[in-house]
Amino acid sequence: MSESYIISTIVENKPGVLFRASNMFRRRGFNIESITVGPIEQPGLSKMTIVVNGNEDTVEQLVKQLAKLIDVIKIVRLEPKSSVVRELALIKVNAPDQRARADLMNYVQIFRGKVVDVGDGTLTIEVTGDSDKIDAFIKIVTSFGIRDISRTGVTAIPRG
Amino acid sequence: MVEMTGAEAVVEALKREDVSVIFGIPGGANLPIYDELYDSGIRSILCRHEQSAAHMADGYARASGRVGVCMATSGPGATNLVTGIATAYMDSSPIVAITGQVPRAMIGRDAFQEVDIIGITTAITKYTFQPMKAEDIPSDIKKAFYIASTGRPGPVLVDIPKDVQQEKAEMEFPERVTIRGYKPVVTPHPLQVEKAVDLLLSAERPVLWGGGGVNLSNAHEPFRKIAELLMAPVVTTLIGKGAFPENHPLSLGPIGMHGTAEANRIVLEADCLLAVGVRFSDRSTGRFDEFCPDAKIIHVDIDPSEIGKNKKVHLPIVGDAKVTLEQIYERLRARIAQQREDSPWMKRVQEVREEVRRNAKLDSSNNLLSVQVIKKIRELLPPEGILTTEVGKHQMFAEIHYKVIKPRTWITSTGLGTMGFGFPASIGAKVAKPSVPVVDLAGDGSFCMTENSLAVCVEEGIPVVVVILDNRSLGMVEQWQRIFYNRRYSSVRFGSTPDFVRLAEAYGAVGIRATTIEDFEKAFNHALLSEVVTVIDVPVNPEEDVYPFVPPGSGLKDILYGPEEL
Repeated sequence: MSESYIISTIVENKPGVLFRASNMFRRRGFNIESITVGPIEQPGLSKMTIVVNGNEDTVEQLVKQLAKLIDVIKIVRLEPKSSVVRELALIKVNAPDQRARADLMNYVQIFRGKVVDVGDGTLTIEVTGDSDKIDAFIKIVTSFGIRDISRTGVTAIPRG
Repeated sequence: MVEMTGAEAVVEALKREDVSVIFGIPGGANLPIYDELYDSGIRSILCRHEQSAAHMADGYARASGRVGVCMATSGPGATNLVTGIATAYMDSSPIVAITGQVPRAMIGRDAFQEVDIIGITTAITKYTFQPMKAEDIPSDIKKAFYIASTGRPGPVLVDIPKDVQQEKAEMEFPERVTIRGYKPVVTPHPLQVEKAVDLLLSAERPVLWGGGGVNLSNAHEPFRKIAELLMAPVVTTLIGKGAFPENHPLSLGPIGMHGTAEANRIVLEADCLLAVGVRFSDRSTGRFDEFCPDAKIIHVDIDPSEIGKNKKVHLPIVGDAKVTLEQIYERLRARIAQQREDSPWMKRVQEVREEVRRNAKLDSSNNLLSVQVIKKIRELLPPEGILTTEVGKHQMFAEIHYKVIKPRTWITSTGLGTMGFGFPASIGAKVAKPSVPVVDLAGDGSFCMTENSLAVCVEEGIPVVVVILDNRSLGMVEQWQRIFYNRRYSSVRFGSTPDFVRLAEAYGAVGIRATTIEDFEKAFNHALLSEVVTVIDVPVNPEEDVYPFVPPGSGLKDILYGPEEL
């Protein structure tokens, strides 16, 4: 059975680290859903959050292979239940008339999103949440005609 | 702190690692380093191809246990190292490869002889460095040697732009380095050790399985003592030959595709398998699901990622093989007395051995000239003599018939299976151990891939002995075409091969042809005393095939003893 797992790592913040990790994923055949990287408060370090699709065995092997990379300093597997998991999506949707805009604003409110840009016949909406919530929002607005989507990939932090 | 150029710092850092020899080829992008080597006191062996330089460094490392160093210029020099680096990576051999790179300002501009060697070698090295400031060189080289030689050893590449080699800086040479993301676990968890002891003591049919890790960590003594205390038969992997003396009564030889029949049969009957420094390679285990289904498997390895990678095990122990086995041995000894030789398990082992010995098909192998030559080499070579091999039929014949007695006297490319490895590796081994005879057992196909290293042997006075089992064919491929492709010999038989005797002579080496085992004995004895590299060409029948054979994709129980069983 295939599921999504979230792995949070602390890595050296230097050139080539993402390449080493992604090269290893490709070579070992891991099915990666997303990777996000950003600096953390300690200088010289970054957090890399990886979402991988697979089963318990693949994740265990992925964690070991990651640990083997010399630039990877710490690895934590995050349980979705005890973690705050977020992704941000920017979605540009067709909104040709007043009615479409009103409907969209309604959905945005329900999903606690934000309209961040208005164009000629389009609205750009920002939605934050776990991946399921973003998937649900995208499904709803698909009927309006989606022009473009940009998703950040998942980042996460343990609760408490 | 002392001011010097990057190139001076490279040489100084190498000296601080006690490097006495490097194998390589100079070129545009590593000229500054070679200029410093000129009067450095470090022996620089000029190779004829960078692939061979890497194999020489690898052979040096495997024979001596020390880090081997190879050097190449940028671009094609660096890419030629790739096969050698990958070979060392697959067999966990500690080498440091130092490449020149185009000047910093030219990187990324597709400059002359520029190649992204860091990108190319990331998947086949433990780590890579590219110092972009001269003052980084001392610590980067220190780290390179540290990473290459500790934990699970492996190759490290240091790529140095030419202008960084030329740049002057205040250099500080660290005595030791710490790398926060690299902390190999040497000492095993005591609870896991205790559990291993319990499992071994409750086993009725224990088997020890030693791999390259036993050789790398010099764990031979505790490995042997455990086997003797438990009276447990010992099998190895191909690279693990030498982990246990193969003339020992408990030795069954290697398991796997061309393992011995007795090893393959006995390992499947085990109820407890102590696997040390192995990686459950498909060539060793056959089908993973049919490998030791009834055994409790204890897996000792310093690389946690090897545990459970191919086969689920009951008890993982992460640690250095030597440290772990010493602890297991001490606790075993405290709990049991010497086990008896006439246990039901030892009787069963004896029974299987007798059956195998009586197998007429296997016995007929002894009539093959290839096998006779290999047995003769063993007979004439002292136990500390080193045998390297190329890759192919001769290697598999040697796997079965050549008994390795001492550690680090068997050097062969197993993981990558690199043809052309054995000859340059033998040169590296001879440089590391000049007082010991070193023999490369070769096929004609493999030897042709790196034969130009004959020039290195002659020039440097490195008298290795090359024995070519010459079947004028890519013999192992031919055997498979014979068995699996209905004798359709597609691009496998050489229409033209060199006269190896004259080829050797052309290089200034000695060439001898031996067509019978008596001729071979004479030639080999002569070669062992020769001060010049000797090539002995032994023409053999291309249809001399290797059995027993476990076909690919089968379980170890499906042993073929001869061609008529197909």
